[in-house]
Amino acid sequence: MNPEVFEPKILAFFCHYCAYSSADLAGTMRIQYPPNVRIIRTPCTGRLEVEYFLKAFENGADGVLVAGCLEGGCHFIEGNLCAKRRVNMARDILSEVGLEKERLRMVNVSAAMGRPLADIIIDMVETVRKLGPSPIEQKSARTNSSNPTSEKSEMLS
Amino acid sequence: MIVAQRKSIPELIEILDGHKKVLVLGCGTCVTVCLAGGEREVCIIASALRMASRLRGNELEVEELTIERQCDNAFIETAAEAIERNDVVLSLGCGAGVQAIAERYSTKPVYAGLDTTFIGILEERGIWTEKCSACGLCVLHDFGGICPVTQCAKRLLNGPCGGSREDRCEVRPDRPCAWQLIYQRLKDIGQLDKIKKIKEPKNWNPALDGGPRIIVREDHRI
Repeated sequence: MNPEVFEPKILAFFCHYCAYSSADLAGTMRIQYPPNVRIIRTPCTGRLEVEYFLKAFENGADGVLVAGCLEGGCHFIEGNLCAKRRVNMARDILSEVGLEKERLRMVNVSAAMGRPLADIIIDMVETVRKLGPSPIEQKSARTNSSNPTSEKSEMLS
Repeated sequence: MIVAQRKSIPELIEILDGHKKVLVLGCGTCVTVCLAGGEREVCIIASALRMASRLRGNELEVEELTIERQCDNAFIETAAEAIERNDVVLSLGCGAGVQAIAERYSTKPVYAGLDTTFIGILEERGIWTEKCSACGLCVLHDFGGICPVTQCAKRLLNGPCGGSREDRCEVRPDRPCAWQLIYQRLKDIGQLDKIKKIKEPKNWNPALDGGPRIIVREDHRI
C-alpha cells in the first residue's frame, strides 16, 4: 500500500450463503480486490442489527459494507430484506450523527458472483477513499494523541 | 401498552449540552415492546451519542443500563449506583418513568430521550396504532369495543359525521372511519340497535380536563 494514499478501513459483513462464497470464488479465480476490507462471515444478513453498524463506526471503521443474497434468494426467505431495512435505519442515524450515509452500503450478490463482488469492493473502497478518513476516528485519534503530548509538555515544564 | 418514539440525535445532543457523564437508562416494559427504549435502543442511542458528541468536540462519557421498569421504586433502586456516578440521566422510559426517576433524585437532572406518544397496540410488525385515550370513563361497551373517543378524529359519540369517504376518515384518509368500524362491529355482534341510542354528553371530569388524576385503593394500602 502507498503510505501517501489514504487506505480506508472497511468492515464487511458477508452472508455465509452468498457473498462469503463469492469472496471465496474470487480467490479461487485469482481475482484481486483491495485488502481494505475486513470480512466477517454471518449466518445471514438478517442476523445483523443496527447497533452492529454503529459500533463499527464508533470503533474506527471508515466504511461498512453489508452483502446479502439476491432479493428473493435468501436462504432464510427474507433475512436480506430485514437487513436492507436495518441498514437504511442505520444510514439515517449516521446522518443524524453527522457522518456521511454513503459510508454504509448494502449490496446483494449470489454465490457465483466472484467478479462482480470484487468490483463492488473496489467501488466501495474508492467511495470511502473519496470521503476521506472517518471524522469519528480522527477525533478519537486526536484526543488520544493529545493526552501523551500534554503529559510530555507537563513533564518538560 | 404505552407507545413512544425516540427523539432525534441532534435534539438529544442539544438537551445534553453542558453535561459530561450521561447515563442512558432504558426500561424493560412498554418501551421495550414498542422498540423505542429497551436494551437494544439504549445501545443504539448511546453509540450515536458518543459519535455525535465526539464530532461536535464535546465528547460525552455515556454509560448504558436498562432496568426492568422505570415507574416502580423497587426497580429504580437497582439503578441507584449508576445514577449516582453520572451527571445526568437520559431516560428512555415513558413520561411516567422519567418523572418517577426525577422525583427520587431531587438533585440529578433527568431528561426524556423519547417522545411518549399514546396507549396503543402493535397492529402489525413495525406499526403501532392508538387505541385508548385514558379518558377515565370507558364507553367501549356502547360501541362494540371500538373507541370513538380515540379512533374518531372528531371524538363523536353520536356519529358518523357524514364526511367519511368510503370507509376512510375525512380528517385522516390513511385511517379507517371509526364509525364505519363501529357500525360493522355492532352489526356483526347483533347489537345494531345500540347505534340508534342518542348518547348524552360525556363527563370529561375523570379525564385530564379535571386535573391530574389519582387512584387511591384503601384495600391495598398499608
